[in-house]
Amino acid sequence: MTLPSQATTPEAGSGPSPAAVAGAGGSPMVGRSPAQLMWRRFRRDRTGVTSAFIVAFYFLVAILAPVISMVYGKDPYTTYGQNQPGLLNDYGYPILPNGGVSGDFWFGLEPGLGRDVFMQLVYGIRTSLSIAIVVTIITTVIGVVMGIWSGYVGGKTDYVIGRIIDTLLAFPSQLFLIVFLPVVEAAVVSPEEETPVWLRYVSICVVLTVLGWATISRLLRAQVLSLREREFIEAAKVTGASPFRIIFKELLPNLWTPIIIQSTLALPLYVGAEAGLGFLGVGMTEPTPDWGRMFLVGSNVYHQDITYLIFPGVSMVIFVVAFNLLGDSLRDAFDPKTRR
Amino acid sequence: MTESLLELSGLTKYFPVMGGLVFKRQVGRVHAVDGVDLTVGAGEALGLVGESGCGKSTTGRLVARLLEPSGGTIRYNGQDISHASRRELKPIRSEIQMIFQDPYSSLNPRHTVGTIISGPMEVNGIQPPGGRQKRVRELLETVGLNPEHYNRFPHEFSGGQRQRIGVARALALEPKLIVADEPVSALDVSIQAQVVNLLQQLQRDLGIAFLFIAHDLAVVRHVSQRVAVMYLGKIVEVGDRQSIYERPRHPYTHALLSAVPEVELPEDGVGTERIRLAGDVPSPIDPPSGCRFRTRCWKAQDKCAAEEPPLIQITGNHEGHLTACHFPEEPTVHGDQEIVLDPALA
Repeated sequence: MTLPSQATTPEAGSGPSPAAVAGAGGSPMVGRSPAQLMWRRFRRDRTGVTSAFIVAFYFLVAILAPVISMVYGKDPYTTYGQNQPGLLNDYGYPILPNGGVSGDFWFGLEPGLGRDVFMQLVYGIRTSLSIAIVVTIITTVIGVVMGIWSGYVGGKTDYVIGRIIDTLLAFPSQLFLIVFLPVVEAAVVSPEEETPVWLRYVSICVVLTVLGWATISRLLRAQVLSLREREFIEAAKVTGASPFRIIFKELLPNLWTPIIIQSTLALPLYVGAEAGLGFLGVGMTEPTPDWGRMFLVGSNVYHQDITYLIFPGVSMVIFVVAFNLLGDSLRDAFDPKTRR
Repeated sequence: MTESLLELSGLTKYFPVMGGLVFKRQVGRVHAVDGVDLTVGAGEALGLVGESGCGKSTTGRLVARLLEPSGGTIRYNGQDISHASRRELKPIRSEIQMIFQDPYSSLNPRHTVGTIISGPMEVNGIQPPGGRQKRVRELLETVGLNPEHYNRFPHEFSGGQRQRIGVARALALEPKLIVADEPVSALDVSIQAQVVNLLQQLQRDLGIAFLFIAHDLAVVRHVSQRVAVMYLGKIVEVGDRQSIYERPRHPYTHALLSAVPEVELPEDGVGTERIRLAGDVPSPIDPPSGCRFRTRCWKAQDKCAAEEPPLIQITGNHEGHLTACHFPEEPTVHGDQEIVLDPALA
């Protein structure tokens, strides 16, 4: 039903407008949807647009990592410092100043192994962002389903889901992550075998998801509870609409705003959480490049080579700040009443 | 009287009151609607009046089957729909529609006017000749809106316009009965008149029966042919408009009518009596025994507490004018005595 009405929009806008201009001084009779109004408000927000560009840049870097690698001519696995003499000194630190930054190695060399920092960072962003995106999508889907379910059905279902959420939110999540990542893996792989990379990836996603869906679910439950009492839901019931239709046609269009805002704010959180895991040594394992593990390496060598820590550090600060600002701008655009 | 379209008999709705610290259990129940008998004829407008919390809206929601009654029956066209499931209700849904009180929450803010009004047709799979869009444009014209508003969103309209959209949505299924739950009480006085006139015109032109719920007696007098007065979940008096407004018998109806502000005094100098009721409506969790109004009635006697007055035609009443009172008032609205029961106002 939305499609045909949108299809007629241009006709309705352009068709009668000459007559309308001649007649009533004419405003084209096409309404602006709340979504269009949000988009207009967002475009006027300079901070938001700038952050959106920065965030988009990071996503591009992550997606285009192989292309960048090809153009740059290096990969994140080769130990250039050990293969080519004259790059690292006897202690394993770069000979050139500033961590070995040069025309060949833009961000310098990793102390010890002598890998290219720029490539490490690009592929590390790729790994971390992909985990964060996967986790955000899955937590959002689970959170939306559980939130709408418990809010709309209410009663005992609501009670049970509510208590599960309480329990999950009460967990100290960082500790839980550290403790349970090995447990999840041990359940699948015997201690003698080496853990495959994909399993580590999956188990990080699973653990972050299990701990992550509760927040958005609780938020949406509250939204559904207040929407459920609105008269347009009753109006739909009076016409004989099915619960399915009420949820998807009446409730869900009103829930996109909190869903989008919440997932936008959650994504940098998961990037941070994943980096935290890497730093604590339970994240992605070598040799897979990982944003968070670069901090671990950096913290070991910062006395001799501070440059190594600067690149992942600065890039992550920029990313998280930009993403949070984007989330704030989206919230402002979606809800003009909460102006700061 | 015309053939009855809707028949309520002994209709009750109780809401449980939960208590207890850890384990919730039912400690009481709110007698929101407690044995209502009413009939609405085809094409007739019945006004249902009463003060806030007396169960008017609950009655309306029961009729529209948004709530399931705790007891009694709702008959529509002779068919019992009191406990019908969603599937069983399907053919009847299109014949009973509802107009809601708050035009700001009764329209989905994310849908265009076109989507909102064509929604009922979509749900019921109705394909009007010339397409749904044409029908929506016709409906918009019927309720006095510009058909070009089709692609607009609710937030672009004023309260009165929104209420017209709500009316158009109710009309989309060509209903035989519309439950109007305080359709104008959220509107500005000047807009109220427009919407009321629109509803009256629709009732006359399309022959739709209305169950018009309101607390504004002037509005009800304007729209309804018959009026029912409700107090604490019960009908205390019902009759045609003339009888209720000119010859009320129940003390509560007297009190209600005396509360209507009048701009001019009658020329003969005899003003209408003014009755001020003391206190609040008793709690519907534990309603008074016998006559519910006895706690605030100035004529209450022992009989009122012991025996519940039946809703019957009292001698001297017109045909169809029923009153539930042991000691009815004189059939007039004029009187010289001023009954003040509220010590704060005496």
